[in-house]
Amino acid sequence: MKKYTYTEKKDTRSGFGAGILELGRTNPNVVALTADLAGSLKLEGFIKEFPERYVQCGISEANMIGVSAGLTIGGKIPFATSFANFATGRVYDQIRQSVCYSNKNVKICASHAGLTLGEDGATHQILEDIGMMKMLPNMTVINPCDFNQTKAATIAIADYEGPVYLRFGRPVVPIFTPADQKFEIGKAIVLNEGPDVSIFATGHLVWEAIKAGEMLAEQGIEADIINIHTIKPFDEEAVLASVRKTRCAVSAEEHQLNGGLGDSVAQALARNFPAPLEMIGVHDSFGESGTPDQLMKKYGLTAEKIVEAALRAKSRVV
Amino acid sequence: MEIQQLQHIATQVRRDIVRMVHAVNSGHPGGSLGCTDLLVALYFDVMHLKRDEQGAAIFDMNATDEDLFFLSNGHISPVFYSVLARSGYFPVSELATFRKLDSRLQGHPATAEHLPGIRIASGSLGQGLSVACGAAFAKRLNGDDKHVYVLMGDGEQQEGQIWEAATFAPHHKLGNLTAIIDFNGQQIDGPTNLVMNNRDLGAKYRAFGWNVTEMKGNDMSDIIKTLHESKNDPEVPTLILMETEMGFGVDFMMGSHKWHGVAPNDEQLAVALNQLPITAGMSDY
Repeated sequence: MKKYTYTEKKDTRSGFGAGILELGRTNPNVVALTADLAGSLKLEGFIKEFPERYVQCGISEANMIGVSAGLTIGGKIPFATSFANFATGRVYDQIRQSVCYSNKNVKICASHAGLTLGEDGATHQILEDIGMMKMLPNMTVINPCDFNQTKAATIAIADYEGPVYLRFGRPVVPIFTPADQKFEIGKAIVLNEGPDVSIFATGHLVWEAIKAGEMLAEQGIEADIINIHTIKPFDEEAVLASVRKTRCAVSAEEHQLNGGLGDSVAQALARNFPAPLEMIGVHDSFGESGTPDQLMKKYGLTAEKIVEAALRAKSRVV
Repeated sequence: MEIQQLQHIATQVRRDIVRMVHAVNSGHPGGSLGCTDLLVALYFDVMHLKRDEQGAAIFDMNATDEDLFFLSNGHISPVFYSVLARSGYFPVSELATFRKLDSRLQGHPATAEHLPGIRIASGSLGQGLSVACGAAFAKRLNGDDKHVYVLMGDGEQQEGQIWEAATFAPHHKLGNLTAIIDFNGQQIDGPTNLVMNNRDLGAKYRAFGWNVTEMKGNDMSDIIKTLHESKNDPEVPTLILMETEMGFGVDFMMGSHKWHGVAPNDEQLAVALNQLPITAGMSDY
């Protein structure tokens, strides 16, 4: 197992804040919008340097999505920000008609996704957003894993023409990807190569997958660990190449099993190379209040659970 | 352009509308006929649009240095398509494909088929005012002094998103935005004041910080005069309550919600066309 270490933990939303500040300096068409969550989305730096390119929308997310679509007519690149719940489910029809069907160059950037939002509870912990967004034609869906990757993804999506959903989170997590990485939309990243089991993870679960890989290695099992930072377009080639080798797989995500990464992996395998798949994610339930660590443990989104799933998947290989 | 000439174009557009909806036995003639004079005034007189040497409109998605129009109540697509075609955005003959398979003229306006003149999909109500706000904001960022117009329905004012956008525009001082409400007092289920009473829309918009004015939407002279006078304040958006008669120009379609989304049969089409005589220089598609 390849060794991964970290010296610092940061929140992925701060990676977004750093990315959009850099974009502000390099791309005069970038505009940042928010619906009364500028602080939570780490927009302070951008607002200070580029006040004229900052659009406060107040607590009206539907209007923010429409205003973003309108800004593209005029060549602007709007980054519409809110919590993942209010940036997707609340405004699904606005995204569907004004952004995706109209194929507008709108970047929906959403923080506080998943259970790790913590104590605010289920009203704010969306676990369905990846599914809703990936079902929309024309939409690209990205869920980076740490500060550096979120920053790189933020910068990369400005150069891509079309609707994007960029999903990140609230808690501090280890920074283990390179600061100078170039983010390639739709290109999965192989973190470890092994012949025994494939582990596909996205977002906060990528670090858990690395920890799981270390635990499996102690048992003599070497896992293929792949960071699927882009859920759509889905890197089917990377998934199939790995499972053709390992013949079994685990998916891991901070999201409902319905509609998430595991669902995309299952579709790819069923269509091309049927193989045992164990899925780590939330089983058709809402979240609840608690600390991020408590919640991830209670809902089974941990390295330990990934290890158990890997052993189960492996035992199912015929 | 001379008022009489605009009226002649409007009559031809009305012929297009009833023929288009008749041909596919679907579509929305009532609101289309009611808003015909406004769209003709905008595209043939009021708006500054990019044109080639022959005067035909040239389509630029980003609308750089030209005025912009958004149709929020997308179901009145027949009038939008006819006016765009007759402005030169695409061949008038293409109106015959309205609502048919593989057409660029979808039931509700869409960009997916790349029909010149359409910049955003509309149909699901309540979204156009927000889009217009964004486009007006972009014009200001670009130092582009041209104007943004958006047409909405009066029934559409029941959507919550409208009031989010109505709060946004004056707050951000979008004086380059004029929103127009097709105030025909009808919606699918009946008269608007019975279905869900909007009460005093003018007072509501005034309270939100808009300049509010009224206009007779089936009086070409009043439309031209009002639209030219309405964009005086550089920091305050304008709301025009445009009083129209649904189905205007075809007597049996006027004044009732029944022709909101119903096409005329062969006999009714003949009666309607008889009331809309072709004028000099114009012809059917």
